[in-house]
Amino acid sequence: MKRSFIFGLLALAALRVGHAGVLPEDRADVLLHSYDGGGVTIEGPSVLIRKQFAQKFSVSANHYVDKVSSASIDVVTTASPYSEERTQHSVGIDYLHDRWMMNVGFTNSEENDYSADTFSFGLSQDMFGDLTTVSLGYSLGNDMVSRRGDANFSDEVERQQYRLGLSQILTKNLLLGVSFETITDEGFLNNPYRQVRYVDTTTPQGYSYEREMYPRTRTSDAGSVRLRYYLPWRAAVHAEYRRYGDTWDISADMFEIGYTHPIELGWTFEGKLRSYAQTKADFYSDLFPRAQFQNFLARDKELSTFASQTLRLGASYDIVRGGWKFVERGTVNVILDHMMFDYEDFRDLRVTGVVAGSEPLYSFDANVFQVFVSFWF
Amino acid sequence: MTAKTTSSAVRCAIAAAALCALAGCSVEPWVKPYERDHLADPIMSFDRDPVSGSYTGHVHEAREGARGATGAAGGGCGCN
Repeated sequence: MKRSFIFGLLALAALRVGHAGVLPEDRADVLLHSYDGGGVTIEGPSVLIRKQFAQKFSVSANHYVDKVSSASIDVVTTASPYSEERTQHSVGIDYLHDRWMMNVGFTNSEENDYSADTFSFGLSQDMFGDLTTVSLGYSLGNDMVSRRGDANFSDEVERQQYRLGLSQILTKNLLLGVSFETITDEGFLNNPYRQVRYVDTTTPQGYSYEREMYPRTRTSDAGSVRLRYYLPWRAAVHAEYRRYGDTWDISADMFEIGYTHPIELGWTFEGKLRSYAQTKADFYSDLFPRAQFQNFLARDKELSTFASQTLRLGASYDIVRGGWKFVERGTVNVILDHMMFDYEDFRDLRVTGVVAGSEPLYSFDANVFQVFVSFWF
Repeated sequence: MTAKTTSSAVRCAIAAAALCALAGCSVEPWVKPYERDHLADPIMSFDRDPVSGSYTGHVHEAREGARGATGAAGGGCGCN
């Protein structure tokens, strides 16, 4: 089961680019992605095409696939390894009028136990001599949740998203971006397969499992600030900070710094460091004292207290300089992200023969690889 | 930052931005159009390659409790 709605929003974000007074560029991107870490491999393509017409409109479409093969720590300790596929399609249209831009988008995501539809609407306007771009947005998502092997289980999720963005030219070398976003969820929010564990001295390992149970509502707020600065030798540095809080008592901070450096002969290199840390949800525990200990129960490591770091290296090469037929420009791009996760209250249950609750804390590394070609026409 | 107080802040910010836009605010730009060549360089884009940004955002969102306010971002899951 995936967080399809969130990715729907991200896919729609990919369709919403550019400043209010200028339509996005005509371009086509074909990307192959690969994630490998924690016993999970995910691969697939993503194709994004955008084209202007009638000088006031720009349409876009995205096809995305996740092919998942999972033997994650959750799976190997409570279930059996599995494979599945998720397919997502997004379409969008932008309309430009003077300094206003309006966009409408739709995303559908399908997998064998989860279906998600997301509608999105946004407005943006350039103002103050085009130094400032303000954008407002709203999205509505409806998900259908099912469970393999259980024809009697079916539930729904409704989500709404409100976003406010500001892009500001501060100096001739410095850009500022500010974003706020509120997301509300209502419905079946936990994973229908995942289980929590509780102390059970009647078993050899000292614990047993029961289904997790989440609240049926969640509201989250996030705010971020980004800066990007142009250096005298034609390079750019950027920094970003994001603060997050929600009604499940999770709070999180994210910092990121990066450097982009183009050189002669058409190469551009980039490096980035990202640091993330969060506190646990108030109903999370690695080991509950007994069965049905409280109304809400979670042992999802994404809801635990943990920190992660990501190191990125990337390179881009211009393959069509000066144009070729109808293609104005083209690039080949390679990006590698190395991610490191360290959990503070999620234990590695693959280690047996120890007292329940004293297993070593879990950690894992992951490598994320992207290779894509882009053409502007 | 609590969810409730931030929600109020977001609503106020949205209202302020909408009012400002409707009022047709205008000021003399302190960075002239002809001084924006550095800002127009592709390396200054917050999201130079949307297909990659969307995927990268998804990779993080699927493995973290936090969500939202990514500007534009991006994938691969394996939440189980």
